Amino acid sequence: MLPADPTRSAAYREISQRIREGRPEDAVAELERISGEVRQSIVRMIDRAQLGHIGGDLSVTDILVACFYGVLSLDPERPRWEGRDRFVLSKGHCAAALYSTLAHCGFFHVSELDTFMAPLSALNGHPNKIKVPGVETNTGALGHGFPVATGCALGAQLDGATWRTVVVLGDGELQEGSNWEAAMTAAHYGLSSLTVVIDRNRLQQGARTEETKNLEPLGDKWRSFGWEVREVDGHDHLALLKALERSTTGRPVVVIANTIKGKGVSFMEDRVEWHHKVPSAEQVTAALAELAR
Amino acid sequence: MTVTEQQATFDSRQAFADELIALAREDERIVAVCNDSVGSSNLVAFRQEFPTRLVNVGIAEQDLVGVAAGLANAGKIPFVCAAAPFLTGRALEQIKADIAYSEAHVVLCGQSPGMAYGELGPTHHSIEDLSWVRAIAGLDVIVPADPVQTRAAVRWAAASGRPSYLRVPRFKVPVVTPADAPFEPGRAVLLQDGDDVTVIAIGSLTSRALEAAARLRADGVSVRVLNMPFLDPLDEGAVIAAARETRGIVTAEEATTSGGLGAAVASVVATHRPSPMRILGVPRVFAPTGDTAFLLDHFGLSANGIVAAVRDLLGHD
Repeated sequence: MLPADPTRSAAYREISQRIREGRPEDAVAELERISGEVRQSIVRMIDRAQLGHIGGDLSVTDILVACFYGVLSLDPERPRWEGRDRFVLSKGHCAAALYSTLAHCGFFHVSELDTFMAPLSALNGHPNKIKVPGVETNTGALGHGFPVATGCALGAQLDGATWRTVVVLGDGELQEGSNWEAAMTAAHYGLSSLTVVIDRNRLQQGARTEETKNLEPLGDKWRSFGWEVREVDGHDHLALLKALERSTTGRPVVVIANTIKGKGVSFMEDRVEWHHKVPSAEQVTAALAELAR
Repeated sequence: MTVTEQQATFDSRQAFADELIALAREDERIVAVCNDSVGSSNLVAFRQEFPTRLVNVGIAEQDLVGVAAGLANAGKIPFVCAAAPFLTGRALEQIKADIAYSEAHVVLCGQSPGMAYGELGPTHHSIEDLSWVRAIAGLDVIVPADPVQTRAAVRWAAASGRPSYLRVPRFKVPVVTPADAPFEPGRAVLLQDGDDVTVIAIGSLTSRALEAAARLRADGVSVRVLNMPFLDPLDEGAVIAAARETRGIVTAEEATTSGGLGAAVASVVATHRPSPMRILGVPRVFAPTGDTAFLLDHFGLSANGIVAAVRDLLGHD
């Protein structure tokens, strides 16, 4: 397993405390700054690897940053601490966004990001918990993370523990039936410590979700399954923080985070071809310039 | 007189259930996870004693295995109890990704394996399971032959810290395991020594192999009978010794011949000590209608079938 970066993890503790305890407008400014840095890292990683899923990485970034900096109780220097919150990225193909976020928090050194998908790197194209601290289960095949997260929350419930579980799903991923098995289980067991976040960017690999196999009315589906539904702008940090608060109803919570695939790079935004297209050198320069603004 | 006529026979599910309860009393991390299979997995008594520690996800095998991986993440030791065909068939990708690849300490207990559900037909037969799970890295594969091995397997898997697949026998068999037999990964159980031919049998075929050996001995054929509670990791040393010290090897299992015991042994033999083999199992066909005993006999998975395979290997008529 990769070693932690003590300097960055100390900074992470300080920053995340400030975000949680300071004025909301300051928190938002801080989270937006971090998201910008994470997005730049993602672009550089994909440029170096000449591989990756850039569109979904950029759509999920704000969700990841809000979770790690504003919500989850974690210690990058003790990634297997028993009382930690569990975070699962079920849409494992957006590993670059997760790795970039984890490195910024100090779970491992930022320099490790340079090895993304290189031979023998710990940073596989999909996350591996044995190699990468901060990863709870190996994802990549879609429809796996949610049942595992359900089991985590069930384990906490059995122990009367207070830690919570957050799992991020892609919207296209909801076409996998295993998710709906887990949705029934979590509601049946009243797993109020479980939060599902859907990165609702409305695009999947080949086309729009609604053209491929439509998901709407998505909120009604979850409500009918017994979930508390919160719908937000998935790029509005303040709204995300509010939506990610614990359940008050005793029911599990789903946050439908409306996002834009390719968010932050104007020529990639909401365009299906940027699911896993690799930008040219000129496009990388343009993307980094736009993200640095 | 046959071995099975001499001895009482047991359905190992009771031994499994009793041992799981005993273990749960000692270790509060033990939980059972099932898919509406409380009855068929013999978990009624477990539920009575530990109502909150029995997680029933309903008829949903993908969720079943994923939830178990999550429970392991939360510090539990989950025993997933589900009919083997659905556990391994429907949830194979969860077994690979969530359990084996993620190194989740979960015990996958395939109930009523092989052709235990005889008349219910091939949808309910689990003869492919050994081929499927053997192909997955990092997963121990345990095929107990009787209640003694079933109890030992439950204990071993709970303490191993590793993912495992455990076939829980249902077909009634006599106790075949000697009191001093080892139960260790990569370690065969020598049930009878001999120097003409070796028969390696697992699960329900073990007692039939002993019966075949007894008959052959009466005809002057000396048979070594090995049992492999651990199909993976396999006792390669015992296989190589059998290939070296006897004239050939017959394998017998209640599973398809495409990738189970026979394939595992053949791979070792071909690599280290080429030797004649006969591989007994279910060929790549779907079984006709019939009860378990009928189907085992139908596919030659009987004492008669093993005797015939040994004679064929020795070139006898």
